[in-house]
Amino acid sequence: MRSGARLDPMGTFGAALVVSFVVIALFAPWIAPFDPVALNVTKKFASPSWTHWAGTDQLGRDTLSRLIFGTRTALGISLSSVGMAGAIGLVLGLIAGYGPRWLDGALILVFDALSSLPMVMFALAVITVLGPGTTTLIIVIVLVSFPGYGRLIRAQCLTLQGADFIQAERVMGASHPRILFRHLLPNAVGPLIIVLSMDVPVVIMLEAGLSFLNLGVRPPTPSWGNMLNDGYNALRQSPVLVIAAGVPLVLTTLGFTFLGEGLRDLLDPRLKGRLPR
Amino acid sequence: MLQALRVRAANWKHVPRGARAAGKLGPLMLIYTVKRIGLAAVILFIVMLAMYAMVFLVPGDPASVALGPRATPALKAALVERMGLDQPIFVQIWRFFANAATGNLGYDVWSNRPVTELILQSFPSTLFLGAVSMSWALVCGIALGCLSVVMRDTWADRALGILSVSFISVPSFVIAIYSLLIFSVWLGWLPAIGAGHPGDFPSQIKAVILPAFAIGITWVGYLARLVRASMLEVMEAPHIRTARAFGLSESKIVLTYALRIAIVPTVAIVAVGFGSILSSAVFVEAVFSRPGIGTLMTTAVAKRNFPVVMGTVLFMTAFYLFAVTAADLLIARLDPRVRDAFRG
Amino acid sequence: MTPPLEIRNLTLDYAVDGGAAQVLRGVSLVAEAGKVVGIVGESGCGKSTLALAMMALLPRNARVRGGEVRLKGEDLLAMTPNQQREKRGQGIGMIFQDPMTAFNPVLTLGRQLVDFQSGLNLPAALRHANAEAMLARVGLSDPKAMMRRFVHELSGGMRQRVGIAAALLNRPSVLVADEPTTALDVTMEAQILHLLRELRREHQGAIVIITHHLGVVGELCDRVNVMYAGEIVEEASVDALYHTPRHPYTRALIACDPAHLEGQVRILPTISGRLPDLRNAPKGCAFAARCPMVIARCHHEPPPRLQASADHSVLCHRGLE
Repeated sequence: MRSGARLDPMGTFGAALVVSFVVIALFAPWIAPFDPVALNVTKKFASPSWTHWAGTDQLGRDTLSRLIFGTRTALGISLSSVGMAGAIGLVLGLIAGYGPRWLDGALILVFDALSSLPMVMFALAVITVLGPGTTTLIIVIVLVSFPGYGRLIRAQCLTLQGADFIQAERVMGASHPRILFRHLLPNAVGPLIIVLSMDVPVVIMLEAGLSFLNLGVRPPTPSWGNMLNDGYNALRQSPVLVIAAGVPLVLTTLGFTFLGEGLRDLLDPRLKGRLPR
Repeated sequence: MLQALRVRAANWKHVPRGARAAGKLGPLMLIYTVKRIGLAAVILFIVMLAMYAMVFLVPGDPASVALGPRATPALKAALVERMGLDQPIFVQIWRFFANAATGNLGYDVWSNRPVTELILQSFPSTLFLGAVSMSWALVCGIALGCLSVVMRDTWADRALGILSVSFISVPSFVIAIYSLLIFSVWLGWLPAIGAGHPGDFPSQIKAVILPAFAIGITWVGYLARLVRASMLEVMEAPHIRTARAFGLSESKIVLTYALRIAIVPTVAIVAVGFGSILSSAVFVEAVFSRPGIGTLMTTAVAKRNFPVVMGTVLFMTAFYLFAVTAADLLIARLDPRVRDAFRG
Repeated sequence: MTPPLEIRNLTLDYAVDGGAAQVLRGVSLVAEAGKVVGIVGESGCGKSTLALAMMALLPRNARVRGGEVRLKGEDLLAMTPNQQREKRGQGIGMIFQDPMTAFNPVLTLGRQLVDFQSGLNLPAALRHANAEAMLARVGLSDPKAMMRRFVHELSGGMRQRVGIAAALLNRPSVLVADEPTTALDVTMEAQILHLLRELRREHQGAIVIITHHLGVVGELCDRVNVMYAGEIVEEASVDALYHTPRHPYTRALIACDPAHLEGQVRILPTISGRLPDLRNAPKGCAFAARCPMVIARCHHEPPPRLQASADHSVLCHRGLE
């Protein structure tokens, strides 16, 4: 990284959005005007007003508060599952890249097989077996994501192993753990972090989508996907709900994507061209 | 899969120099084809194994899983017998594969209809949606990509770049809902539900416009950026300078000499993108209440109808692998370096 | 009689980080019909840029500040891009340094050779036959099969032969070879030089050879231009240059050439110092910092171009000593 290099304007904008949403998620209970699960059936589908800035949903719950708490759901699930998947992928990738050939071959087949499944299809299959719910969702996301990370780390390992400085360490009799932890790991982790940050918006979208299908986060926990579904069902009665639910979803994914692109442009332009899932 | 494709496409850089017998196109391509199909088959096998194994990982017996907690003991026993769940594991797995090879993917737990029949009934609609989405995304994406190369570094190019990134980040089902709201509910121009009437092609077209738009818009941005980046890279290459040095016209250079190379990564992406499109289709079909694989799956999942879910997943995986393998072969045809790298 | 190629006082710079690098500073040279002219210099002296300028193939960040490139009397740099395009191929042809990257990797060689003859109004079959004939002429066996091959299937020497065949296809009046043997190993280099020697006898136009290798110059050229830091510092016939070099840089180059070393040496001679930063071109002589014969004047005044004899010029304050 050149000294003095900064995030481009798009990346900075993305960073601002991300920071805002993280703050909202952290301070939700203090920011939200109402309790997100408080029912008030007499006031269902209220239009936006000074009390309820975004109106209410079909059970009279304040939409804005639910949106704010939905931030917690979205960020909590996505960040934790991506983090876990990254950790698993890191470990497996290191084993594959650095370990015995047969193990590498086996792991590669596993990685390839798991990534041959269209993501949502695989998710649906796992949900069928395990039943819908937040835990299932996290498991699904981890299972779907870790092969990609494993492959990346493995490729990094293989490239690095050919590097001269690694050969030099071997010649000097460095032990395996030393090579792994002091040399391979720090170098391999960089691209992984970038890729992880660009996958967060994808996971947010997946969670929202599955919740939209009532296969993700269970009500009454507020999730933007759930709210989109509620809004969709009430489309003709009150379009406000559906419009409102889409806004934070779009802004979050936009923010994370811009930030990810900015980071990548800054740190490693070679990764341009990752596929959207 | 994409990574594997990328690694292969990058292999051409390491093709050793030295005279090679060029051979005819036939034997080389044949070997390559066989290798690729073999690889796909192995992967499919592993996937099937994994899917089947999942049932045994779940707490509780498979029959309860399949039928849900309301099933009576009699119903469960009948299911166990019919699906052979009382047999040893290996026998079950073997039967499953044998059946799948002959096209029998089991039976719908609720309606008793063969899963294969359900799939084949729903698939054409989804395929149509996917094909239309990908087609318009390709046409617009490639055109916009080439256009931004010609107009590079102008404000239009930069605006396009930002728009592209924006559209990649918005989920397709959100776009689907909003376009449904605007074009169906408010303006009433296009239908909100269904896939048109069989035999009535115009109604089918009208019904596919919004869904295909929602799915495709994410891809237009991505493809435009990819084509732009690819073309820019290729246009800087020394061999383009050679072509100019010999007086070739700019249009010939762009279309024949440059695009031919730049299009290769696009083909790879398109094939892999089919999986992504199928995923998006699941949500978009739900939004527009379109019959198709997506709706089939989501209703099955909601009812814990495992045979249907599993059968569909296997079918879609096989289809997806087929698309990727076909793309690999097409790439080898377009770029002889990839094929030759695989000889070694 | 107008020479096929004449460059007059060409000055151009590149826009780079930190300013404008003056890559060519008042370069003039002439290539006569039937003769071979060499341009010698170390990496970074501007010779590749000169080659590109001869064909108006400069990169986007290049700015021509002055001078002309005259092909048979017409200034190439003053033409519209379309006119320039017409001149390429037939007016002037180029043999590129690295034949591996010079050809399109996904199209067959035959296809490219046929396309490259676009300037001539010939039917495709005739162009195909021309290409095959030329491949045979440059010493490739089985030209028919060669036409169907891809560039990565050939060895380095064969690729360069194809490169030479391509350049000759349009019978250009000026043939420019940019480091034709640099990417090849010694055996192939000898073969290519042999081929070029044969061809120079047949070729009726001018040939320009650009290289950093004095041996190649000695083998092929009639006249030599020595380039340093964007200027021609000495110009003479090959004999005169080797036997009576006038410019200190030329003398140093010849002295450093391993082929010229007599007996064993413990340390190979080199020229100490580095090329000046062309973003801030020096006021006086560009070679002053490294010159063994430097005097006070050299640092302040640009050197004059002196005539050591009728056809031997040198750019140096002390050039006539």
